[in-house]
Amino acid sequence: MQSLGIDVLFKGTNFLRLLEGLWVAVRISLISVAISIVLGILVGILMTSRNMAVKAIFRVYLEIVRIMPQMVLLFIVYFGTTRVFGWDLEAETAAIIVFVFWGTAEMGDLVRGALISIPKIQYESAAALGMSRGMAFRYVILPQTIRRLIPLSINLITRMIKTTSLVMMIGIVEVLKVGQQIIEANRKVSPNAAFGVFAVIFLMYFLICWPVSRLAVWLEKKWA
Amino acid sequence: MRKNQIVAAVTAITLGAALASSPAAFADEAFRTLDEIKESGTINIGVFSDKSPFGYVDENGDYQGYDVYLAERLGEDLGVDINYVSTEAANRIEYLQTGKVDIILANFTVTEERAEEVDFALPYMNVALGVVSPEDAVIESLDDIGEDDQVIVISGTTAETYLVKNNPEIKLQKYDAYAEAKTAFENGNGVAWANDNTEVIAFSIENEGYVVGIPSLGSADTIAPAVTKGNETLLNWINDEIVALGEENFFHADYEATLLDTYGADYEDTLVIEGGVAAGAETEAE
Repeated sequence: MQSLGIDVLFKGTNFLRLLEGLWVAVRISLISVAISIVLGILVGILMTSRNMAVKAIFRVYLEIVRIMPQMVLLFIVYFGTTRVFGWDLEAETAAIIVFVFWGTAEMGDLVRGALISIPKIQYESAAALGMSRGMAFRYVILPQTIRRLIPLSINLITRMIKTTSLVMMIGIVEVLKVGQQIIEANRKVSPNAAFGVFAVIFLMYFLICWPVSRLAVWLEKKWA
Repeated sequence: MRKNQIVAAVTAITLGAALASSPAAFADEAFRTLDEIKESGTINIGVFSDKSPFGYVDENGDYQGYDVYLAERLGEDLGVDINYVSTEAANRIEYLQTGKVDIILANFTVTEERAEEVDFALPYMNVALGVVSPEDAVIESLDDIGEDDQVIVISGTTAETYLVKNNPEIKLQKYDAYAEAKTAFENGNGVAWANDNTEVIAFSIENEGYVVGIPSLGSADTIAPAVTKGNETLLNWINDEIVALGEENFFHADYEATLLDTYGADYEDTLVIEGGVAAGAETEAE
């Protein structure tokens, strides 16, 4: 049987470098996800506004995020801001800005969808029980919204974690890039290293994303 | 809804265009001069981190390769520390134009289009096309290729473009990926395989029974360091340095330290440019 090339991971500090790369990816995505959830909830509430101007602004924002590939956004924020404004952003800061810009828009739209999916009768029943608008929102609408949001936002969060692989385009060495470096450095001595290295990276992404998805299941049950 | 989408699209396009179309706006501060680099004590050099044997990272996390060997020397002679930036083929020009790196040393082939965007220093390596064939039926010139013979190429490579343009009579067998072309060639589907000469040379050394009959075909391109357009102090310093290094046969030492294992001793003079003077600088009349 041919070697799957997992042995290359144990040469020198290769495995440690892979873990460092994983930490870079996880750090960027965790910070971005945390900010996106907070801003996304605010944006989502604003998106349900009846004010045409507010609606139009957020509509344009959402469409820009949908139209622009994340790669283009990364180039615009990292290189574009230097060209136009002379700002010299750290690559990681640029990455977080792009991920938050993207995450907030999509999270906002999910929140908007979840909010308007709550039947009108819930608001009316709350009012009939003598609750103020604020109380109704806090005790009736919000809990139901959050429950509906969980599966949707987990999709977004895991997608954000996986999309961090794009940040190599602005010079950030994250887990996938380290993997490619290891494979290429061993191209001659271990031509099959790609299988082993990518299998291990797959496992790493799985170990990060799986707990997130378990947490979602648990939360869904707990709040059901 | 439709209207909103149009608005969004227009906004996105305008924003993108505005950001992309003003390279001159900050041209004054886009790069650091030689003195500024020396003063800061660190030089930012963009290299490949996954293109062995030119620029890659070894198992200890250190940058290595033919390009990096030169980078190390430049840093040493400048008396500054080196901050390596991992670049991709697609963002090398962008890095220079924004001044986020001072020098690109990433197997950067000199072309006219690129020379309009960045300034190339003197070259330090040759690249050309090469043709590899089985040793029992060596193709030493394109004339050896029979009327019914097929030559294997990878779609989208310079080899394909060159042969289609200059030798349209040669029948090509095109493959999308390196691995497919390799398998097809090993199975004898074509009489020869045309690709970058570094690729075919490496193939002939890794695989028994194949010879590079034509090691250098077509326009001889070169690999050179590049700096931000207009950064004359740094450009002149690199040029002087490359000429000076030629006197100690630096690039031959570089080849022997980094490329010998992959390309063997036979191709040292084909690939290396010493002192910035491309020996076989046959200029194609195109």
